[in-house]
Amino acid sequence: MSEINITVTVNGTKINANVKPEMNLLKFLRSQGFYDVKCGCEMGDCGTCTVIFNGSSVKSCITLAAQADGGTVWTNKGLGEVDELTQKLQKAFVEHGSIQCGFCTPGMIIAGKAYIEKGGKPDRNEIKKAISGNLCRCTGYKKIVDAIYDVAEQMSK
Amino acid sequence: MHVNTRIMPVEFEYLEPKTKAEALEMLAKYDNVKVLAGGTDLIVKLKTGADIKVDYMMNVKEIEELNYIKLEDNLVKIGAVTPLSTIENNEIINKYLPILSEAIKAMAAIAVRNMGTIGGNLCNSSPAGDTIPPLTVYDAKLILAGKQGTKEVSVEEFITGPGKNILAQDEMLVEVVVPAPKENTGAAFIKKTRVKADISKINTAVLMERVEDKCVNCRIAMGSVAAKVVRILPAEEAVRGQKVDLNLCQKAAQIVSDEIKPIDDNRSTAEYRKEIARVIVEDAMKIAWQRSGGEKIND
Repeated sequence: MSEINITVTVNGTKINANVKPEMNLLKFLRSQGFYDVKCGCEMGDCGTCTVIFNGSSVKSCITLAAQADGGTVWTNKGLGEVDELTQKLQKAFVEHGSIQCGFCTPGMIIAGKAYIEKGGKPDRNEIKKAISGNLCRCTGYKKIVDAIYDVAEQMSK
Repeated sequence: MHVNTRIMPVEFEYLEPKTKAEALEMLAKYDNVKVLAGGTDLIVKLKTGADIKVDYMMNVKEIEELNYIKLEDNLVKIGAVTPLSTIENNEIINKYLPILSEAIKAMAAIAVRNMGTIGGNLCNSSPAGDTIPPLTVYDAKLILAGKQGTKEVSVEEFITGPGKNILAQDEMLVEVVVPAPKENTGAAFIKKTRVKADISKINTAVLMERVEDKCVNCRIAMGSVAAKVVRILPAEEAVRGQKVDLNLCQKAAQIVSDEIKPIDDNRSTAEYRKEIARVIVEDAMKIAWQRSGGEKIND
């Protein structure tokens, strides 16, 4: 099948590439060297591939690269270089010990950022709902919720 | 069986119309076109090897003229590609169709609702689709467009079975039209899942219209209990024109439980669904009645 040409701005850099129509955004990002976007279940369940696409969090494994044509994508690493909120979350994750194997962390930070940015309050139940699409098999979630709560509290002051 | 979801076992050409007219033209011109909106169901289905014939993938999410929520002549109109997360936070929806917003908030993860659309949820036609019971009780009409013109169907007419609907190969869903509920109308949505963000084991929407202490109009829809979302007409009939009290709610809920013929599947069992249906319908009726301005029903 014929390839299509797409232009996607990833972490502020314009990337132009030919992709197969059935390639997903996750594979596209990783093929371009954005290895901080992790590949987990690949069917929209685990959330570790979550990125910010045109201002909203999306699961890149169930988004086609073609759908991102003309759009803007931010990954956890890219945001960590420029976005203050993401930096705070990254720091809080370290301080609270919210990272064990670290595989879910990029998705968790994006989910936390999306929650706080949409006016999310320091409310444990609401935070749990906000990260309900992200699986963590190590921490038992408590420390992740602690970290997001901490930042939400800082931001609401 | 283990399914390798890293591979999409299909190949297709990609189409991206910018207008509705262009999309309809493409649908008429090509064979085996699959309409892609958010892709949160379709892409997962393709990856898990569902038997879907697709030679052309047509992304309609970029069609701006199908992305809107507006109130016109007492009708709430929602464009088919409006993202679920936009609907759940919209003022018009929260004011006129609150249980649609509640149902969407109970769906999947935020990152999925940001991509998923209302048209996609309807066209996916799952018996467990969470927007379907609310739209059924709100008496929503779906506008289907083809090159020959448009037609209007109810949600019940639209969906025919699990994953099946009446859309012809050259048609697409373009708009959802919902009459703004009258004064003194209340509705409730309840779904049961194992954990948040799951697909429903069972869900229900109830709408009640009140005149003084009587319910003059009642609609009850149940999801995940049949091949498609169903209305339970005998239960609605039992409520219509009656004075609403605990007894009536329990009676109607029992009728629902007796009427439905759910199955055992990987999310739940028929036995549990019959039992819990009684409980959630009773609860939903109590909430709907109170929201319609009726007196609180105590146990």
